[in-house]
Amino acid sequence: MPGTRAGAESLSILDRKLLFVTGKGGVGKSTIAASIALLNSQRGKRTLVCEVDAKGQLADIFESQPIAYKSSEISPDLWAMSMDTEEALREYLKLILRLPLVLRLGPLAKTFEFVANAAPGVKEILVMGKLCWEVREANWDLVVVDATATGHIVGHLAAPQAINDLVKVGLVRQQTNWMLDIITNPAQTGLVVVTTPEEMPVNETIELVESLGTQTEIALAAVIVNRVLPELFGRGEEEVFGELSSPQGIAALEQACGGDPRNIVEGAKLAVTLRRSGAAHLKRLRESIDPAVEMMYLPYLFTRSYGMRSVRGIAEAIDAELGDGPLQ
Amino acid sequence: MSMSRQSSRPAAKVGSASSSIDKLVASKEIVITCGSGGVGKTTTAAAIAAMAAVNHGGKVLVLTVDPARRLANAMGISSIGNKEARIPDEAFVEAGERPRGELWAAMLDTKQSWDDLVLQHSPDKESSQRILANPIYQNFSGRFVQSHDYIAMERLYELHRQGGYDLIVVDTPPTRNAIDFLEAPQRMEDFFSSRLLRWLTVPYRSKLMNVASKPFYQVADRILGTQFLEDIAEFFMLFQSMYDGFVERSRTVARLLKDKRTTFMVVSTLEAAPLREGEYFIEELTARKFHLGAVVLNKVLPGYLKDAPSIGLAKKMSEEPESIAIQLDSAFSNRDLVTRVIKEIADSYLNYSLVAKREEKERAELAVAPDHLCTVPFMETDIYDLAGLLKVGNAIWG
Repeated sequence: MPGTRAGAESLSILDRKLLFVTGKGGVGKSTIAASIALLNSQRGKRTLVCEVDAKGQLADIFESQPIAYKSSEISPDLWAMSMDTEEALREYLKLILRLPLVLRLGPLAKTFEFVANAAPGVKEILVMGKLCWEVREANWDLVVVDATATGHIVGHLAAPQAINDLVKVGLVRQQTNWMLDIITNPAQTGLVVVTTPEEMPVNETIELVESLGTQTEIALAAVIVNRVLPELFGRGEEEVFGELSSPQGIAALEQACGGDPRNIVEGAKLAVTLRRSGAAHLKRLRESIDPAVEMMYLPYLFTRSYGMRSVRGIAEAIDAELGDGPLQ
Repeated sequence: MSMSRQSSRPAAKVGSASSSIDKLVASKEIVITCGSGGVGKTTTAAAIAAMAAVNHGGKVLVLTVDPARRLANAMGISSIGNKEARIPDEAFVEAGERPRGELWAAMLDTKQSWDDLVLQHSPDKESSQRILANPIYQNFSGRFVQSHDYIAMERLYELHRQGGYDLIVVDTPPTRNAIDFLEAPQRMEDFFSSRLLRWLTVPYRSKLMNVASKPFYQVADRILGTQFLEDIAEFFMLFQSMYDGFVERSRTVARLLKDKRTTFMVVSTLEAAPLREGEYFIEELTARKFHLGAVVLNKVLPGYLKDAPSIGLAKKMSEEPESIAIQLDSAFSNRDLVTRVIKEIADSYLNYSLVAKREEKERAELAVAPDHLCTVPFMETDIYDLAGLLKVGNAIWG
């Protein structure tokens, strides 16, 4: 695959400094971002997780107080923040441009706000700027970004380059230069794409991975397949199930267990069908992703779909997947 | 293959023509499906359009923002483009239907639609060419997320205005916030009528720059560079030439969304996160006085997974699979295998029943009048043809 950088693939996702987690809506992107951050903090690393779409999902997932722009500690070594472009702009003007107060409060800030709403890429660059600043200045071992969904992520990630192309001189140009240094370094920054074994999420993942190589310089760190259903039957068991689910088999089973097993047999057929259709999509995914890219498979959690318990469960599953080491 | 599909498919017309959804769709000119990502908005929109074409006649258009090739294939065409294309009657015939009306499909191409809008509203050819070539415009139309929301509504308005269709079903773009697109026309108006916009373009419109504003432009110049400012200024100035038409249109688009001929359908699965977003959406629609036509619950697990006697039996099978296997011994030789299979299918049933019960709980907590609720069962296979879409449609029709 063009654009793969030697050496970067042998890094585990947690060895990087800045991870963008994306995925099609509904695949569990935010929960995975939260779980990666939790796992890293449990390993004793100072971790920041940042929600970019201010929907408040992260607070729901952590079952915590609302998460603000100023980061707050969720659990030991785990901090969370919610992106706010206006706050980021204020901080930017103060910290980086060192503008005198009068100019910060005057029409310039207002105009900036206007331009940020209007001109393409300005909000995106503020988001990227804040994240890169956290990476460079704030001593985090890892910054995990619950980023925008697959449809918009390339636009987001490409913003510094786009601005770099549009703005030829000036302070902003200097800013995009150092940001680009961070995000195009595969040892520091990587993209994690979350998907599920379903048709549309797999399609979007494949399309995203293709456009990633051509439109940005960001390295693909891993593809995480969430909600993988268990294989129901092992060797020889499928034939036995075939016999059991025949009319004679069901009658015999009913006699043996003293109840009507039809719903249970139907349920098993459904489980097998679901697993199969998922497996076909997974096969398609594997065939189109560079084998050097780390792929992780996380089981479907039947017991709980949301909240802190589910985050812990997924963090454990990622830990187990990382234990094997990345594919070489 | 097509024979078996025909015979196994329930007839669309029987028992559905009197359903409340049928009446609702028959009385509207625009149906907008909305909801969280991944819940099946596009499929729902296509299914509603296909049902309307079959049951009601007239010309029905499904306008999608989703470039899913599968959906095009499901409707019997090779691809869906920015221009509307007719779904061939053969696709319906293959699904065992003779539609009374026509089904058309189009996909929203944001960039192309913006270009069309510019060409339509520019005072002359030279300005339109300059807008199309402006780097800010190119970024704006291609990438700017909110421009996507707006253009979808704009395109809907234009198609409706032309009056070529009796019904337009549209799925909403994947917005960061599901409610964004409702405000898109207003935001677009604010955007182009802003005083700041005029202000920013002052130095490029007039040589007589206000002395007081000079330091501001110097700072802006220091930060952004002259070229960027000039590009922005040109973009806004050129857009201002289309200003009146544009603002008027934004207002008309906003009015159309609230018109009594328009209805919204909120689509969700019964998973916690999408449902929460769906509920938020229902509240917002109601608060803003948009017409909420129905809530479509998609991919609902079959009811047999919640059957109490079966759950009891599955527990027993999971706890003592071996004793059941011994009872079965006369029919099966390999007791170990049988024991494992009994245990596995029992555990699997219990797992799925947990999910099904969670779905039931979520559904019970949903504050929506039952006659507004449609349930679409989980489809075991992907939808790959019109028969599949009509199956979904029949479930929505109830």
